[in-house]
Amino acid sequence: MVSLTVNGKQYDVDVALDMPLLWAIRDTIGLTGTKFGCGLAQCGACTVHLDGQPIRSCMTPVSSVGAKKVTTIEGISPTTSHALQVAWIAEQVPQCGYCQSGQLMSAAALLAKNPKPTDADIDAAMSGNICRCGTYQRIRRAIHRAAQA
Amino acid sequence: MATPSTLDRRTFLKVTAAAGGGLIVGGYLPDLDGARTTAEAAGLFEPNVWVKIGADDSVTIVLSQLEMGQGVMTSMPMLLAEELDADWARIKTEWAPADPRFGNPNFGGVQLTAGSNSVRGMWKILRESGATARAMLVAAAAQTWSVPANSLTTEKGEVVHKATNRRVKYGALADKAAALPVPKGVTLKAPKDFKIIGQSLPRLDIPEKVNGKAEFGLDVQRPGMLIARIVKCPVFGGKVASFNADKAKAVPGVRNVVAIGSGVAVVADNYWAASKGAQVLEVTWDEGKLATLNSADITKQYAQLAAQPGKIARNEGDTDAAIKGAAKSFERVYEAPFLAHATMEPMNCTADVRPDRCEVWVPTQGQTASHQAAIAASGLPADKVKIYTTYLGGGFGRRGEADFVTDAVESAKAAGKPVKVVWTREDDMRHDYYRPVTYARMWAATDAAGKPVAFKMRMVQQSLMKRLGSLPPNGVDFISLEGAATLPYDIPNIRVEYTETDPGIPYGFWRSVGASVTGFVVEGFIDELAAAAGEDAFEFRRARLSRHPRHKAVLELVAEKSGWGKPLAQGHARGIALLECFGTIVGQVAEVSVTNGAVKVHKVWCAVDTGWVISPDTIKAQMEGGTIYGLTAALKGEITIQSGRVVQRHFNDYQMIRHNEAPEIETHIVASAEAPGGIGEPSTAVAAGALVNAIAAATGKRIYKLPIRAEQLRGTA
Repeated sequence: MVSLTVNGKQYDVDVALDMPLLWAIRDTIGLTGTKFGCGLAQCGACTVHLDGQPIRSCMTPVSSVGAKKVTTIEGISPTTSHALQVAWIAEQVPQCGYCQSGQLMSAAALLAKNPKPTDADIDAAMSGNICRCGTYQRIRRAIHRAAQA
Repeated sequence: MATPSTLDRRTFLKVTAAAGGGLIVGGYLPDLDGARTTAEAAGLFEPNVWVKIGADDSVTIVLSQLEMGQGVMTSMPMLLAEELDADWARIKTEWAPADPRFGNPNFGGVQLTAGSNSVRGMWKILRESGATARAMLVAAAAQTWSVPANSLTTEKGEVVHKATNRRVKYGALADKAAALPVPKGVTLKAPKDFKIIGQSLPRLDIPEKVNGKAEFGLDVQRPGMLIARIVKCPVFGGKVASFNADKAKAVPGVRNVVAIGSGVAVVADNYWAASKGAQVLEVTWDEGKLATLNSADITKQYAQLAAQPGKIARNEGDTDAAIKGAAKSFERVYEAPFLAHATMEPMNCTADVRPDRCEVWVPTQGQTASHQAAIAASGLPADKVKIYTTYLGGGFGRRGEADFVTDAVESAKAAGKPVKVVWTREDDMRHDYYRPVTYARMWAATDAAGKPVAFKMRMVQQSLMKRLGSLPPNGVDFISLEGAATLPYDIPNIRVEYTETDPGIPYGFWRSVGASVTGFVVEGFIDELAAAAGEDAFEFRRARLSRHPRHKAVLELVAEKSGWGKPLAQGHARGIALLECFGTIVGQVAEVSVTNGAVKVHKVWCAVDTGWVISPDTIKAQMEGGTIYGLTAALKGEITIQSGRVVQRHFNDYQMIRHNEAPEIETHIVASAEAPGGIGEPSTAVAAGALVNAIAAATGKRIYKLPIRAEQLRGTA
């Protein structure tokens, strides 16, 4: 049994200790907003926050999470009103949308520590997140928009 | 959120009724078939299968075209809502079931979202459906008020009688309208009267794609559901000879290990257990006859085939004589590799197979293909097999296949419980239906003045048309040759040949399909012809479009907007390309620089003529995304075959353009009254052409083989 705090709520999950956090979140807890893209931390679709830091949940064993607080896309705003979500809608960012939870979580972590990122800051923080639909420039605009909000 | 199915909608309505909504009284329908009860019908006006108007004024539009990022969940309703004069704020959507009534006429009635055919195939049906519904609502109001129908107008979900200043909402007319005959031959609006078409309305799917609520195939949960990973033979065409499941079954959580058609299914309580079980599963493969095949063998075979004449797709003048008699001629070989689709959401499917029914939840581009695969795998009759669709985490052609449906239905049938089959990224990369590898020989000739007198092309490729059925009697695959056989330029002698072959590697439809190759090959070669003629790449093309005014306007627009001919930063250069495919003409200019072999794409300009426009922002988004997809392939994409298996496995050896490499993309739309073209694919096709032409301008080095490798360019700039 592993105890996880996800979006402020505690869950006791009966899973293998080496199970990546991604699958505990998705299969066991049932929060499916966090996506499986590659399983090797190469695409960023599974990005969540651990105590505010963006991590790839597909390669983070549940046993390593401990008391750290996990935040998923479902936890950043109960009303879809996080500045980034508002900006994402305003810029009409998503296409297929599958990578966007991870993009938003990487962007949220960026803005939390760097409220006015430059293009170079965005490149550095976001280049671990692949978007196969090619929404990169809209994501960039949305991050700048949210930073100005 | 789109209601996922008729069944769920009915369940919802039942719940609403039970909760005291008052609209529906009893009559819950336990079967899965979809015949409506009279009680439910009382609240709904359904003039056709595409739209339902509720007594609550809701307008539900049924979507047969599936949403994979291209915006159909919004554009399809816009077409219908325009003619209906619906209140856009009251529009709801619902995915169509697998049912021939929802077929796309561009695919002979098959339900398929592909080939940039959603708007092209459906616009007329959807507009006529909306206009029909509107006419019936107007007739109902005319009856109610005893006034002539032609004294009534409609706006935002209401019928209006201006003379008496009376208004009635559509919902209040639903019952009466439902009893009226369905009119034939409705008149569609003139474009000047459009209120919805032509607006960049916010996409209906976007809000739930920013908060994690959007349901993709991988998110499907069913009660008691197990998760399966399928271990497949790494060699194409290989089969299971034997397997030992002891170690896999010893993994806690693994429930079942069973041979299915495509390999061995490891079925477990959760993905992690299934994955660990799959890793320790011992399988002996009969690798089959492709086990010694390498990419180099394929290239060699294609080159041999290209030495012989192909089937003639186009023949104007006498190309061979023109080349023979020309002042100057040259020959080139262009090559393009196999490509994987690499959707962000790996292939997956959930199935529940019982003795008397089979249910399938699947992110698919093709309800019909999924239905047929599930019928075959379950052994049940068509009416007992239901397909429920979700959002697609990318499609790009890959999800027009149904191999993942077969996997899920076979696994679920064996398990006797709902099973979600989840492919890993590696499974997805190594068991795709790849964009076919291409070998093209190109010939051209110029006269004494340097003017082009001949263009000849011979393409060797697996036949895409064969994937849809068969080649036509002339042996020419016009899908493979899209953008080549239709070469728009005025050149007196043109010959295009095609040779079909099949080395056995699975192949299929990859975003922009045949044009994904011809945009590179033809437009690259035309650039060489321009250089041979000593002409500017833009002026050369412009001067030879006398029969194609739409092409010319697109070309001129992209040149103007990109500042073609104006000075650039040191080391930067532009390339231009133009292509018609999927009924749309796209011109692109790419601005690049090359440093020590590394290509930097600074900006891409697109001009597009896609006929009359439904949503300008969706067109822009597709130009942007399609361009990135094409540039990614040109700069990085290559699937190679070694010993009958795919070498690449993940995103580290099949790489993607990322944030730090993505250029700005600027799109300009040509105003047009022509019928709509497709928009999901054309920018992908033309991207490589503009790119290699810019690289040639920057470095003097012509790219003949994709992807572009730094070694090809090192020392050139």
